[in-house]
Amino acid sequence: MLLLTCPCCGVTAEETEFSPGGEAHLKRFGPGSSDDDYETYMFQRKNPRGVHFERWRHAYGCGKWFLAARDTMTLEVFGTYPAQTTEPPPEIIAKIKQKRPEWEGFK
Amino acid sequence: MSDLAQSALPGAEFEGFVTIREAGLQGMVTLRADLAAKPVIKAIKDATGCAIPKQRRVTLGEAASVAWMSPDEVMIFCAHDKAASIASALATALKGSFATVAVVSDARAVFSVQGAAWRDALAKICPVDFSTLSEGDIRRTRAAQVAAAIWVSGKEEATLVCFQSVAGYMFDLLSTVSAKGSEPDLYRLPTETS
Repeated sequence: MLLLTCPCCGVTAEETEFSPGGEAHLKRFGPGSSDDDYETYMFQRKNPRGVHFERWRHAYGCGKWFLAARDTMTLEVFGTYPAQTTEPPPEIIAKIKQKRPEWEGFK
Repeated sequence: MSDLAQSALPGAEFEGFVTIREAGLQGMVTLRADLAAKPVIKAIKDATGCAIPKQRRVTLGEAASVAWMSPDEVMIFCAHDKAASIASALATALKGSFATVAVVSDARAVFSVQGAAWRDALAKICPVDFSTLSEGDIRRTRAAQVAAAIWVSGKEEATLVCFQSVAGYMFDLLSTVSAKGSEPDLYRLPTETS
């Protein structure tokens, strides 16, 4: 079970109060982009065994979207942060690096 | 209109190890706006006499209470027949700014859970550690399968707000979990240790 802290309302709750929204930090390729870029944006998703960044929504609480960094294998949550960020904040990266020295990084 | 107004389950009541009571007609107005904006703070103050509540808190006024629902939403509890006038006062005051006001009195149902063991009853259906809530807190969560907001409205009382469409489900649910003899005793007070 995941315990997530919603950065919008400060509540720490278990995962049934949230709804998952898939991979975070996707860059949109819309009209005018190449077919390859569009296909990658639309269909290609990371599916790592380890550190992963995800979108979550506090569906039964304040209703806001936020982002979470967690380990898909151990279910350890490294941190949650606002949805209005285009890449993981440095403090989250530092925390992951400290706990998972072998992690290859966000990019 | 007002003489036709009827709450979700008029008079519904269940006596278990806590008392479940449908709270009757309750005026409710939701306001979505930037809660840090000065015009919004002033509009709420003028319409209800209440300050903007802090995160997950409820501020009490004489005629109305204001509850924090999300970073950009508050719910105003008031008398049922006052909801429309409070809503129109807010709408007038916030005209032109980025805000929405809606009277939701008849879209919600309100239950009161009275008794020292209300935490025990609600802990069976909500994924919440109720020992973290104190009087004046409000927590939005789920109760079994439906969304609910739980306001700690008194020392031994909680007020639960849910959608009117699930009022029957909620009443049956609350009655089931508060049946006598089914107390989980999770939040037994330290002084009561046997």
